[in-house]
Amino acid sequence: MDLLVLVLQGVIIAATPLVFAAIGELVVEKSGVLNLGVEGMMIMGAIAGFSVTLETGSYILGIASAALVGALSASLFGLLTQILLSNQVATGLALTIFGLGLAALWGQGYSGESTQALGKVHIFLFSDIPIIGPLFFSYDPLIYLSVALVIGVSWFLNKTRLGLILRSIGENHDSAHAIGYSVVAVRMAAILFGGACAGLGGAYLSIIQTPLWVEGMTAGRGWIALAIVVFAAWRPGRALVGAYLFGGVTVIQLHVQGLGFEIEAQYMSMLPYLVTIIVLVVISHNKTRAALHAPACLGKPFFASS
Amino acid sequence: MTDKSLLDLSGVTKRFPGVVANDDVTFSILPGEVHALFGENGAGKSTLVKIIYGVQRPDKGEMRFDGKPYAPAKPSEARAMGIGMVFQHFSLFEALTVADNVALGMNKEAIGSNLDEQIVEVSKAYGLTLDPARYIGSLSVGERQRVEIIRCLLQKPRLLIMDEPTSVLTPQEVEILFQTLRQLSSEGCSILYISHKLEEIRELCEKATVLRGGKVVATCDPREETAKSLAEMMIGTTFKFAERQVHELGKDRLVVNNLTSVSHDPFGVDICDVSFRVRSGEIFGIGGVAGNGQVELMETLIGEITTVADSICLDGEAIGTMGPTARRERGMCSVPEERLGHGAVSDMSLWENTILSARTRKSMEKRGFLDLQIAQDFAGQVVSKFNVKTAGIDNTAKSLSGGNLQKFIVGREILQAPTVLLIMQPTWGVDAAAAADIHRTLQDMAADGAAILVISQDLEELMAISTNFAVIAEGRLSEPKPTGSQTIEEIGLLMGGVYDRLGDADEGAPA
Repeated sequence: MDLLVLVLQGVIIAATPLVFAAIGELVVEKSGVLNLGVEGMMIMGAIAGFSVTLETGSYILGIASAALVGALSASLFGLLTQILLSNQVATGLALTIFGLGLAALWGQGYSGESTQALGKVHIFLFSDIPIIGPLFFSYDPLIYLSVALVIGVSWFLNKTRLGLILRSIGENHDSAHAIGYSVVAVRMAAILFGGACAGLGGAYLSIIQTPLWVEGMTAGRGWIALAIVVFAAWRPGRALVGAYLFGGVTVIQLHVQGLGFEIEAQYMSMLPYLVTIIVLVVISHNKTRAALHAPACLGKPFFASS
Repeated sequence: MTDKSLLDLSGVTKRFPGVVANDDVTFSILPGEVHALFGENGAGKSTLVKIIYGVQRPDKGEMRFDGKPYAPAKPSEARAMGIGMVFQHFSLFEALTVADNVALGMNKEAIGSNLDEQIVEVSKAYGLTLDPARYIGSLSVGERQRVEIIRCLLQKPRLLIMDEPTSVLTPQEVEILFQTLRQLSSEGCSILYISHKLEEIRELCEKATVLRGGKVVATCDPREETAKSLAEMMIGTTFKFAERQVHELGKDRLVVNNLTSVSHDPFGVDICDVSFRVRSGEIFGIGGVAGNGQVELMETLIGEITTVADSICLDGEAIGTMGPTARRERGMCSVPEERLGHGAVSDMSLWENTILSARTRKSMEKRGFLDLQIAQDFAGQVVSKFNVKTAGIDNTAKSLSGGNLQKFIVGREILQAPTVLLIMQPTWGVDAAAAADIHRTLQDMAADGAAILVISQDLEELMAISTNFAVIAEGRLSEPKPTGSQTIEEIGLLMGGVYDRLGDADEGAPA
């Protein structure tokens, strides 16, 4: 039983960077923008969070600057794609490459350094309940924030007028423009939010999950987050489930190695990525269903010609 | 300018790079008046109403609403003043519900506590049945228009702008719409009705402002004019309508047997058990409201979607499994509905665009290489024969205006001398004189023995040129009948989806 609780805890911790990055990208895609730069924004957030925390000793400052740097990287993408109308796919890929490079440069002096991991929140009485306590009430504050963020995004998209406007812009930007909504402003806001979330995901990696800086430490998590958004059919609740599933695969992989199965470690490390590909293939198999959930204007440039 | 008028425009001018869309436009609308704004495609009607609705700002000139200066910077300001607009291309969102769509088109302050109830209430008051919980994607085009209208009505408009509202409706739906508009007008709401359909304007409107080349060229009472005199005001010259020619029909050229195909588009229409034949010398017309399977039928006939071999036969050969190129080689050419992206590649030059469809029939390919000279000569031929206005064949397809590009595409197909020509919306967006030209060319081709299939939303056009006629509704085709043997009411019922069971009392027309 204890082992199971331990594994599940590991799953949730491994999944949280994915939750942050995926929920941010989900909002971006709902507004009709495809930002493939998640990986780059995550790593920028990771180094920003790590270096600021190390220099100032303040987790709050570190986490805040990770979100800020994530949003800043995203604003570059927003400026290029929304105002200068560059191709979203190419710009997103460039942002990833740029982010990885810049983060490596920034992190040169920090290689091998480490910080104290952020402590867990002890919730009076609840945390002491056996099994339930460790499973639900024994985490650091960011995990609670990630869950709250998913609930908040779900509420925002489905219950608020602004959420409806954002969805409508992703659905048909020409109509939204004709009715009189500012497509570019809403998309820019979504892009910045997505960047901040990716930054938080990166910071979670470098401050809490493994409190040290290693070049390229996001290791493809940004890409998995993108896959999760498709897997979730652009629904926040499912994105959370998807992130935990992928987190689960990562953790199981470690435990299988730990238990001494005779499988090459490389095969096990492949697992999350392999699962991503399989899931994407299975989902895209049914074109009609996927198309119904996908924002109709996803990735299309918008130019107000009339 | 009268003191009582609701909206006054004076000297409104709007320029776009290369064109003056509106040039010194002045007119006024009285309260409760049904005012027609009419002119050909490209006359500047749409730009003008966008200025009134605040989507665009004029370069010069001023507007007064209710006697006060009025210069909306965005549509929500226009809506706040009591101006509603129903767009030609609906500003709706397919994956959202009716209620969501209505909410999006209203100003925040105007939305009451219970929008669903309001929607049902208004839809009852004006005889426009609508369920607020349904998704737009599942609605017919007529129902979608209702969503737009109700969206406006909920805001208790004083001026309602309708941009080409009937192009997507069946005759019965048009009648319902006109009743609604008359009811609104009797309640004191002014209506600015944009159209190029002359009969409608004569039936509905009390006053008309005619636009040509962005300028106001006439103001009249349409009820006192004839369709011909209105048409001449609109295009500025006299012209001849195409007349139906009668000649002998020859052998079967295109035979379609029980054709069934499933659409790839989640909101598309499946083609269901369609059968018809087109003979040599025949122009077969397929009418119907947009979005009832026309695009899917066309794609299947062209070969973009393949099907069972013998469900489509060309001159006796089963071609159902062949792709477009193989079908072209055998003499079947086509003009799809969408000009840019489907009929032509926007960033390619005109002569490059001829290669796309005329490569095999005009033997532009020699031992695996393209003979560009042939393509360029052919493009030049199309341009001169069909009077395409362009600086040269090196210009890109997207540089042509809609009507000119249509002439180019139609010409490109016709000059390949097809034995079967499939053509969708042949005169969509071209001016009246060019439309008459295209109609005459189609008739000449038929007289020379080609079989022609015309799919169009323009009933008048089909009535004018087709030999036989059928209606497509929800992917099913009505029984082909000689043109003119059915009344407009019968055709209207067919368009509403009552197939071949006009006498059947148990079946009502679905909404």
